[in-house]
Amino acid sequence: MNDLLMEYLPILVFLGVAIGLGLVLLLAAVVVAVRNPDPEKISAYECGFNAFDDARMKFDVRFYLVSILFIIFDLEVAFLFPWAASFQYIGDLGFWSMMVFLGVLTIGFAYEWKKGALEWE
Amino acid sequence: MTITVFAFYLFALTAVAAGLMVVLSRNPVHSVLFLILTFFSAAGLFVLMGAEFVAMLLVIVYVGAVAVLFLFVVMMLDVDFAELKDGLAQYMPVGLLVGIILLMELGLVFGHWIIADGAPALRQAVAPMPEDTHNTVALGNLIYTKYIYLFQTSGLILLVAMIGAIVLTLRHRPDIKRQNVLEQMYRDPAKTMQLKDVKPGQGL
Repeated sequence: MNDLLMEYLPILVFLGVAIGLGLVLLLAAVVVAVRNPDPEKISAYECGFNAFDDARMKFDVRFYLVSILFIIFDLEVAFLFPWAASFQYIGDLGFWSMMVFLGVLTIGFAYEWKKGALEWE
Repeated sequence: MTITVFAFYLFALTAVAAGLMVVLSRNPVHSVLFLILTFFSAAGLFVLMGAEFVAMLLVIVYVGAVAVLFLFVVMMLDVDFAELKDGLAQYMPVGLLVGIILLMELGLVFGHWIIADGAPALRQAVAPMPEDTHNTVALGNLIYTKYIYLFQTSGLILLVAMIGAIVLTLRHRPDIKRQNVLEQMYRDPAKTMQLKDVKPGQGL
């Protein structure tokens, strides 16, 4: 096993411990806990009322817009990581290509700011 | 069995099982959650192959953002899923046909899989070997200089996505009062307020 994977071994161990602990807690609840359900106990409960309607309802489309804009800037940041890591090797061309990339996305950012897409009304 | 092999089988089996559950589970929200599990397993497989950066990107972008977007879509779709399932028998033949054709095409592709003689050498000339440089650095050395046009194109695609999302979904409601902070700050009390001397027993 090479060095790279050795560094990830603690994460694998952590994953195993997390799964094991989760299973132990779930199984303990099944085995140990007292359960005698009746219809009133297991019915849906909403602040003392009966449940009004289905939880599945139409969201405002603005949530969607916020999450799309988040993904786009997330990707922009993802491009910055290798750039920063190899900054000393890529020279002027690499520097200016990233500046142009950021400039293009800044145009988009200015556009969405002026359109008021970042505001919640 | 070494730990590497064990981890490979763990992630691979989890990925396949979770991928199956994405298709099979009845509740679409559960499907999306299984999709997230599939992404995590694929990230584990990428780490085993030595592609650290891609693995982390998978977790950040796909699990952190795309899966959330999928959840939004699934929850925004205000459809009766029992009603959708009714058409299953009707569309089954077409679906099966498409599936079989896809399977045959994949079989043909893998049946005739040949690697050209010069291919490994060409690949080595482009990408620095992972033993020499760090994974993320190796990527960075290529993306911003050698593949500069593709990189700039990806920036333009992101710009188009941003503008497209705003054009398609942004609706300003005209009946809502919006806050204008600058206007509030520059508001002058002398212009907006009048003091009146009201005599007792009289109105204005």
